[in-house]
Amino acid sequence: MIKKEMIAMLLAGGQGSRLGVLTEKVAKPAVAFGGKYRIIDFPLSNCINSGIDTVGVLTQYQPLRLNTHIGIGIPWDLDRNVGGVSVLPPYEKSQNTDWYTGTANAIYQNMNYMEQYNPDYVLILSGDHIYKMDYEVMLDYHKANKADVTIAVMPVPIEEASRFGVMITDDAGRITEFEEKPEHPRSNLASMGIYIFSWPALKEALTALKDQSNCDFGMHVLPYCREQGKRLFAYEFNGYWKDVGTLGSYWEANMELIDVIPEFNLYEEFWKIYTRGDIVPPDYIAEDAVVDKCIIGEGSEIYGEVYNSVIGANVRIDKGTVVRDSIIMQNVYIGSDSTIDKAIIAESVSVGDHVCMGCGEEAPNVLKPKVYGFGIVTIGENSVIPSNVKIGKNTAIKGETVLEDYPDGELASGGVIVKEKEGERS
Amino acid sequence: MRALGIILAGGNNYKMRELSNKRAIAAMPIAGSYRSIDFSLSNMTNSHIQKVAVLTQFNARSLNEHLSSSKWWDFGRKQGGLFVFTPTITSDNGYWYRGTADAIYQNLAFLKNSHEPYVVIASGDGVYKLDYNKVLEYHIAKRADVTVVCTESREADTSRFGVLKMNEDSRIVEFDEKPMISSSNTISAGIYVIRRRQLIELIEKSAQEDRHDFVKDILIRYKNLKRIYGYKIDTYWSNIATVESYYQTNMDFLKPEVRDYFYRQSPGIYSKVDDLPPAKYNSGSVIRNSLIASGCIINGEVDNSVLFKNIFVGNNCVIKNSIILNDVYIGDNTHIENCIVESRDTIRANSYHCGEDGIKVVIEKNERYVI
Repeated sequence: MIKKEMIAMLLAGGQGSRLGVLTEKVAKPAVAFGGKYRIIDFPLSNCINSGIDTVGVLTQYQPLRLNTHIGIGIPWDLDRNVGGVSVLPPYEKSQNTDWYTGTANAIYQNMNYMEQYNPDYVLILSGDHIYKMDYEVMLDYHKANKADVTIAVMPVPIEEASRFGVMITDDAGRITEFEEKPEHPRSNLASMGIYIFSWPALKEALTALKDQSNCDFGMHVLPYCREQGKRLFAYEFNGYWKDVGTLGSYWEANMELIDVIPEFNLYEEFWKIYTRGDIVPPDYIAEDAVVDKCIIGEGSEIYGEVYNSVIGANVRIDKGTVVRDSIIMQNVYIGSDSTIDKAIIAESVSVGDHVCMGCGEEAPNVLKPKVYGFGIVTIGENSVIPSNVKIGKNTAIKGETVLEDYPDGELASGGVIVKEKEGERS
Repeated sequence: MRALGIILAGGNNYKMRELSNKRAIAAMPIAGSYRSIDFSLSNMTNSHIQKVAVLTQFNARSLNEHLSSSKWWDFGRKQGGLFVFTPTITSDNGYWYRGTADAIYQNLAFLKNSHEPYVVIASGDGVYKLDYNKVLEYHIAKRADVTVVCTESREADTSRFGVLKMNEDSRIVEFDEKPMISSSNTISAGIYVIRRRQLIELIEKSAQEDRHDFVKDILIRYKNLKRIYGYKIDTYWSNIATVESYYQTNMDFLKPEVRDYFYRQSPGIYSKVDDLPPAKYNSGSVIRNSLIASGCIINGEVDNSVLFKNIFVGNNCVIKNSIILNDVYIGDNTHIENCIVESRDTIRANSYHCGEDGIKVVIEKNERYVI
């Protein structure tokens, strides 16, 4: 009989709509991060570094990039004879065929996957956080407490606690109550969305709640477990952990990598982060180029000036161009004499010459002010920006734009251009 | 599959000076993120040659480590694969490889048990791109017994190469191995195409006569008896087996056309993936006309240099016209000029190294304290 002590279920099906055009064609876990990685690399690397070799990745929204990235799991050593990584999309059943309607529902629909490994424990992860964590230590804590459920929590400033699910614990760490995004939080222990369940407790809860609509861990499963008198414990984590759910936090998390000694250090020898990288050559920095306080992925050629930025692999920045405070993903080309200020430019974008990005006064975004804020210019993947245009702050562009799309050669602050290619499916 | 591949990677060369003290030439790092043997291996896989034997002997540890998995070059296949043959003692042979022909002779079973009609033999110390199928087609069209890939030498002194002359039909009429005075500027690139049965026959005959070198004892000896043709290439080709040419080959990658040819044009060159983070350029770093590989952290000044993977350059350093091999830590205020710094080295702060006349090879065996 196949037997795995603990398997991981990684929830990677969410859209991440607050990342705007970045996640239009890509699930959030597949969005590039830190010059060469994708967000899902962090939980996947944590798994293999923690000795977990069986990982189910639940996909639903725009899974193409994610599927290609994960493949059979070679970069993470998750190509195994027994176990390894399995991509688990929703599937048709003889009855009750359904999309994944909630986090717990998605896990419930993959009961058969989990059962074939006879696990003692199941680790539930989400694919949209940046952190390094040893899940084995968390499992030891779970065992020592004879817990049914262990929830990883992080102390946050009390004024921010209302954005999270908050755990109220007794002295032993046992959770007595919890509140989902409370107005007046009674504790500063925020749930990180990482759970270890003892398998019988998980199976029992999911089966009992199988008819719950939009069944969700935070909203339904955890309250159910508590009501049933199960032992719920909070596992306090004090390392770096960042939710990159908004353009602002995504930008910030990237920028934190370029400090001299960053709080989240990718350069440590142990606890490596693995990714699929098919670009091998070194960077080329030209004679008159400036690279100051930045990280640059493999194979990029820099002829211009780059300050305070995170640049992906195989990017070319031409002469006279100045890039500041920006995130540029792989395969981007930027022409000469352009100015790029505080922009997030997704993969395979082409920017012309004499473009000014991020100029002018701030103005709220006309379409989605809550998404496109923070003064950031966001360019979706495969977009084309013509030469000689000005693009203001809090803007978003997607598609192959031409000069005519910019009245007077300008997209004012707060503006949006979305151009669908003919025959393209959104 | 029309051909199988053999890569000769066993050689040593005193012209590499101290650089070959710890590795075979085929394992020399090239162009920031490659090893020399990656070029021949990638050419094999890009030419759809799926079965490749690498013959290693001298200082093979670092090379074997690099070849620990065949997946990087896509040789991890059920049909074919990557075979690494080091000398072994058998009941009827107790010798090391006594030469290139002997190396093949000692692994003749590999040739005999294959069914591919042709063999492509390449060396592990060439930096080039070549579609071996084109050579093979030429070989068949010329009804040649052996085809030798050759090129015009970029170095004035050709005395370290096989120098040859062809007639108007491209048949090789003169062939001198490492001549004192060379009569031609056309040199052998060390890449051969030959029919598998022909190769087995020639190798067996040489072994009986106690002759062990493929060039001297087969090509040169048979050149009037067999139809030996030259296939001339005019694309980039470089042999790295001297310190000077090794240095020059790496510096060539600072030219945009060389980078474009090897880094961007398809088909590409593959190498082992090291899972290193992207290069990091801290405030105050100044980089001019240089290649910086992944995992590097730069604080000082780097000018006209090639930095391989995982190098730390401290504050106020000046690295000029130099090549720094993998995993080197360079302490603050260090000056390095016209040097090749050996891999895994630790250069203490305030050091000064400058190659006054020619390239200086820097090997300091300082201990590194890691926290």
